[in-house]
Amino acid sequence: MTTLLALPYWQETGIKLGLALAVIPTTSLILVYLFLFKMMAFMQSRLGPNDTGPYGTLQLIAEAIKFLQKEDIHPEQADRRVFRMAPVVVLASTFLLYVVLPAGPDAVVQNLDTGVFYAMAVSSLSVLGILMAGWASANKYALLGGLRAAGQLIAYELPLILAVMGVVIQAETLNLQGIVEAQATGEIFGFGAIGNPFILTQFIAFLIFMIAAQAELTQTPFDMPVAETELVGGFHIEYTGFRFLLFFMAEFGTAFAFAALASVMFLGGWWIPGFDVDDNILNVLGPGVMLAKILLVAFFIFWVRFTYPRLREDQLQKFAWKVLIPLSLANIVLTGIFKVVF
Amino acid sequence: MTATSDREQMAYVSAQAADARVKVELDTGDMTLNIGPQHPATHGTLRIACQLDGEQVVVAEPIMGYMHRGYEKLCEVRTYPQCTTLINRIDWLGSFANEVPFILAAERLMEIEAPPRAQWIRTILFELSRIANLALFLGDMGVQIGALTPVFFAFRDRERVLNQIEEVTGGRFHPNFDRIGGLKDDIPKGWIEETRSVMVKMRTFCDEMEDLLVGNEIFQARCRGVGVIPPEVALGYGLSGANLRASGVDWDLRRDANPGLAWDQVDWRVWTHPDGDSFARYWVRLQETREATHIVDQLLDGIPSGPIMAKVPRIIKVPAGEAYISTENPLGEMGYYIVSKGDLGPFRVKIRTPSFNNISIVPWVMKGVYVPDVITILGSLYFILGDIDR
Amino acid sequence: MTDETTIEETPPADDQRERLLSDLSDSLGEILVESHLRPHENIWFRVKIEAWQDAAMAAKSAGFEYFGFLSAIDWHIAPEGRYEDTEFDTGLVEEDDEPVEIDSSTGYGGGDTRFQMLMQLYSLSEQAGVILKADVGDDMTVDTVREIFPGADWHERETHEMFGISFRGHPTLQPLYLPTEFEGHPLRKDFPLLARQVKPWPGVVDIEEIPEHLEAQLEAEVMAAFESNEGGS
Repeated sequence: MTTLLALPYWQETGIKLGLALAVIPTTSLILVYLFLFKMMAFMQSRLGPNDTGPYGTLQLIAEAIKFLQKEDIHPEQADRRVFRMAPVVVLASTFLLYVVLPAGPDAVVQNLDTGVFYAMAVSSLSVLGILMAGWASANKYALLGGLRAAGQLIAYELPLILAVMGVVIQAETLNLQGIVEAQATGEIFGFGAIGNPFILTQFIAFLIFMIAAQAELTQTPFDMPVAETELVGGFHIEYTGFRFLLFFMAEFGTAFAFAALASVMFLGGWWIPGFDVDDNILNVLGPGVMLAKILLVAFFIFWVRFTYPRLREDQLQKFAWKVLIPLSLANIVLTGIFKVVF
Repeated sequence: MTATSDREQMAYVSAQAADARVKVELDTGDMTLNIGPQHPATHGTLRIACQLDGEQVVVAEPIMGYMHRGYEKLCEVRTYPQCTTLINRIDWLGSFANEVPFILAAERLMEIEAPPRAQWIRTILFELSRIANLALFLGDMGVQIGALTPVFFAFRDRERVLNQIEEVTGGRFHPNFDRIGGLKDDIPKGWIEETRSVMVKMRTFCDEMEDLLVGNEIFQARCRGVGVIPPEVALGYGLSGANLRASGVDWDLRRDANPGLAWDQVDWRVWTHPDGDSFARYWVRLQETREATHIVDQLLDGIPSGPIMAKVPRIIKVPAGEAYISTENPLGEMGYYIVSKGDLGPFRVKIRTPSFNNISIVPWVMKGVYVPDVITILGSLYFILGDIDR
Repeated sequence: MTDETTIEETPPADDQRERLLSDLSDSLGEILVESHLRPHENIWFRVKIEAWQDAAMAAKSAGFEYFGFLSAIDWHIAPEGRYEDTEFDTGLVEEDDEPVEIDSSTGYGGGDTRFQMLMQLYSLSEQAGVILKADVGDDMTVDTVREIFPGADWHERETHEMFGISFRGHPTLQPLYLPTEFEGHPLRKDFPLLARQVKPWPGVVDIEEIPEHLEAQLEAEVMAAFESNEGGS
């Protein structure tokens, strides 16, 4: 792969860091405005915000300022240090996730050889933060929410990883760039013009991935750790102001990251049919393509969120262990057989 | 020899101590979770003190009184027409329906009767307030178990019905429109056609709810088999309304003990469901809302002509006697036991509200359910806090 | 459409209630003190207080298994009156042909003591209701019926805090509505409504006196409206 720019290591890192810091708030803002404000309002036949700025676009800035103004309240009985750390841990896992997300042949913060493995490992870190928040709040609702999040962890983390395994076997690499390349250079029965997006061969894996991601993101129907109407917000019930904003940003930042992972692994990533995989122009066009794909995936994530009621914890466990995990195991076996035979 | 036995003894003692420690550590004890008084699921200030074992409820005890306004006492120092102002505020989502049984009981004691036209319009308004009330339930049940969208549809469409009620009575929430001997006013011009079109919209709303929730697998998984109430238990606790009919008891005061309104003039049916679970309660209410739109449609066709007020004395004095009149309100059986001593006001009013009985089953039905099911059951039993606390 | 005249014209319903009355009277036997029947309404039974449970049991086995409500009545005349002693109201009493006498009667089925229990039950098969009454003695104690009708549990708690009647065999007679430290029994007639004593309520004057010179004109207007409505739709 040719490098776009030849910069000293520290300069490159500085640029990448700055980009990542800018990207995460922006991406979560895009998702919140587009889906939480506008699409949700449209689906529920009501008006979204429309007064602040053109089409209400500045509403988010207003919201952010509102959160920043609020008093930072600690419950008296809270374990203060853990209580303060929890949102940072959650947000850190989101930040770390962005490290491996590729948006072009070179447009990636760090091209790890074990990118998939890294992403899966880092994304499950956020549960640690949620558990910390649930415990440290000294609130029974928060505790229940935290425990639910922890109980949910295995139930969806396992199918998530097993679903990704199918992709990894087919691409023969753990590198996310390698997966994009594998899709770009692949062929569907000898027809290679659009490559071979893995959603076609790994459709079951894609579905399982999306379902498990829904749980990972604590979106309805798997939002039991939050559960506004029963746990009144669950683990973040005691958080106000900026700390709540961190949770909020992490939620939508992670949603964006998972949509990006899905588009990289199943929808062909940043590659555009007709270009070489290492064409420099893709570093410019790639992010646009990725954004379009991410928004498409995120649309489905939020569509489900606004439509479905919430499952119960035991029903999720049943669903995960009796349906998702056997299905993803079968998918791996099938993929393996096809890999050996063809 | 003694050394070994000493050692054995020590080992035994320490093993015992370890056992005891483990026992102490494993005895996690129950957690008390207060659901309410400020909790979105209680829509009001009801508190449910739950003893939890993990996520399972061991004992659930409702604690109320946060909103007790002492209406029974206050009614004793008011005149009959003034009482309706209070009574409006018992079940604030179906206010007009609250007034009717009280007025009917007073009329029964005075041995007067409202003219047929007034009875028909009363019945129409009664059914409209039922639709407005139940529409909110149909959406709210969704939000209780996590589906956000239905409740917005419910608020949107309930507004249409409230507009119709407002057009006649002048009040969206507390009409205070019913009078002893008839109604305050006649219906305005063009109202009948408007109401008809609103009824069409409400039927569409019911279809939407059917699509969004009843047909939804997750909704069914959350509601089916949750909070099952067998019919004999329901009768013993005095459950009423859709809660009773969802347990398979075919009992509707509109049909079985009609106190004189126009329900016997139209063709409609009572919906029951054999399961007795939360889903059945939702389903029965959905059907009842739809049925109510049909009742209103038929009633609109045949409003008789005539006066809307019987001849009653200007100063209303109710002869001595006792009367208990109850009607099938949106929430269930609401009745007023009026004891009169021939005064301007009642001597004693016992208000039998549906939610009080409906919620009294909570300790029985919530044994051993999960925390999310507490919300489902509370939502499906459907109470209004003013209706419990009075 | 049930006004009194049509009720008299339809005896079948009366027959049904009369049959129910005699049936239940038989099964209640000697614990029945008095009964009262009004056509098309609930049937009133007054039973002996010692047999309150038995009466509930007998009614349940006679098919009255749907629990309506349970409460009590205080027949005492409130010492403060009904806070109606405004000028207008006292004037009204004088104007009347027959002045309103304070009625010391105790309702349908009669009653001998100050407090009276009240319970309403339905029979779903007969589509009729009964109202059971019982005079509460000086010990202010009644047997609980919560084993027979579990729904009576909360009603008994409410009656306990509102009237101070104790229920023998009820395990949790804690206050239902009132705070734990509340003293007194609000629904007793001698429990003063403090707000009213502090400030007389103007709302008692429900109907304003119409000035004499307008009265005839108003009456004519009302009658004209009434008659025009009778003909129209």
